[in-house]
Order: sequence, then structure tokens, then C-alpha cells
Amino acid sequence: MWKWLHPYADPQRAYQLSSKLLPWFSLLAISLIGIGTVWGLLFAPTDYQQGDSYRIIFIHVPAASMSMAAYMAMASAAFVGIVWQIKSADWMAAAIAPIGAVITFIALFTGAAWGKPMWGTWWVWDARLTSELVLLFLYLGVIALYASFEDKVLAARAAGILAIVGVINIPIIKYSVEWWSSLHQGSTIKITEKSAMPDSMLYPLLINILGFGLMIGALSLVRFKAEILARNSMRPWVRELAQAKGVK
Amino acid sequence: MQYHSLAEFLNMGGYAFFVWLAYGVTFGCLAVLIITTLGQESRVLKHIANKMKREERLKQNRGSK
Repeated sequence: MWKWLHPYADPQRAYQLSSKLLPWFSLLAISLIGIGTVWGLLFAPTDYQQGDSYRIIFIHVPAASMSMAAYMAMASAAFVGIVWQIKSADWMAAAIAPIGAVITFIALFTGAAWGKPMWGTWWVWDARLTSELVLLFLYLGVIALYASFEDKVLAARAAGILAIVGVINIPIIKYSVEWWSSLHQGSTIKITEKSAMPDSMLYPLLINILGFGLMIGALSLVRFKAEILARNSMRPWVRELAQAKGVK
Repeated sequence: MQYHSLAEFLNMGGYAFFVWLAYGVTFGCLAVLIITTLGQESRVLKHIANKMKREERLKQNRGSK
């Protein structure tokens, strides 16, 4: 059933497919983030409790939720790479890691800038904030491990194991606000029941979440392509490309 | 539109510092990430091309001896 996927494990096919998908991801990401941000800043109503400070939500929640989604994508790719020995999957995991780290940093920073006016403090060591900080360290660990080995097959295995073990942190982040008492509020968007937010705030938020996801996808594709080239520098098709584009 | 003037918009109901700090750092970080990411592929290709040139020179040197 999944046999049609196999050819795309071939580096050249993966490179070509990424090039084909990239403009769609980029275009959609730019337009969605543009629409969501302008809508959130200019047109969404002011919150009756938090005033205009709540407008940070339109970047904080997309960054925070996508920092976890990107981690799951990275760990899944690492899993595929380790179990089925598909090198392209390892390269994808390596491509996602630095992007995830930046997105996690954004989630933490915007959270702090929102916490200061609302909670009276930039930072507290509670479960939600601490586990999200651990996520940042997991990303940094994966990046550092992958960079530490000259032999990238070995590097991908070491980094992949860390990425897979680190998945345990994801449910901890997700349910931290329910399992422990926290300054952090519970989730506003609910999938099974009505969200605790009027549509005029919800729509720009959902648009930005989707936009951040697509942006991470687009950036992953770009880094994936560069990683494919770097790992296949002896292949004739890469050498041809280097001859055509790299000589200047 | 929630605001009647640019000044009112920029003031963000008194939370200007925090809102613009959050948005500024976010888009600043994203800009740096995007720029470094876009440069990566051409850096790799240039590196490979330089390596090929080195190999070519080595081959020629060996041939002349």
C-alpha cells in the first residue's frame, strides 16, 4: 500500500520533490501568516480582561504548538531513519532541529513578554514553562550531537536516539497545565468542544497556527535540500549541480 | 478595525512595550532563520565546487610528473 513512497527515499527524487513542493509551502505560509497577523493585531476585538496585551497570543500559541508538532515530525523522521535505515529520513530530522529550536525560543520569549504584564513576572519555574524549556534543550542536544560526528550515519543515529527518547517530554508539556497547578492558563482551543474564545479571535489564531506550520515545512524543505547535497557530494548529479551553480 | 488612529494602534492599550517586544523578537528571529536557511544550499554547492577544483588540480599535477 505504501510502496509508492519508496522511490522518494532516493536522494535525487527527494531533492526534486522538495523543490517542487517548496514554492507552495512558502507562498501559503507567507500569505497565511500575513493575514493572521494583520487580522490579530488590527481587527480582532480587545480582550475584556487582558486588554490589548493578549494580542501576543497570535504568535505565542502558534509558536508553542508548532514547536511540539515540529518535534514530533523530527522524532518520527528519526524513528524512520533508525528502524528502516532510510538516510533521507535522518537528513530530514537534522533539517528540522534548528528550525524547531528557533520556534521554541520564540514560544518561550513571547510567553515571557506576555507573562510580565499579566502575571507580574517574566519567568516562573512551573511545569509548563520548565517543560517547554526542556524542549529547547532537547532540540539543542539533537543539533549538537548531529554536529559532533564527522561520520553522519553515526551522528544521525546518536541524534535520532536522543530525539526519540525526548518524545516523553511532549505529553508532559501538553498536559502540564492539567496535571500540576500552574500560572499558565489551560488550552483555549478545544477540538472536541466549543473553544473558549469567540470566532473573531479564533480565526486569526487558527490561520497563524496553520501559517507557522507551513513556514516550518517550507524551511525544513530548504534545509533538507541543502543537507541532501552536502551528504551526496560524490554523486554525479550533485557534482553537475555544483558545477552549474557553485562555481563563481 | 479596532483602532481609530495610528498612535492608538501603536500604543496597544498601554501594553505597547510588551506586544511590540514579542512581535519584534519573533519576526527578527524568523528573519535571521530564513536568511541563514536560504544561504545554506549555495554554500554547500560552492564548497563541493571548490573541492572538485582541488581534485582537478591534483589530477593535473600528477599527470605532469
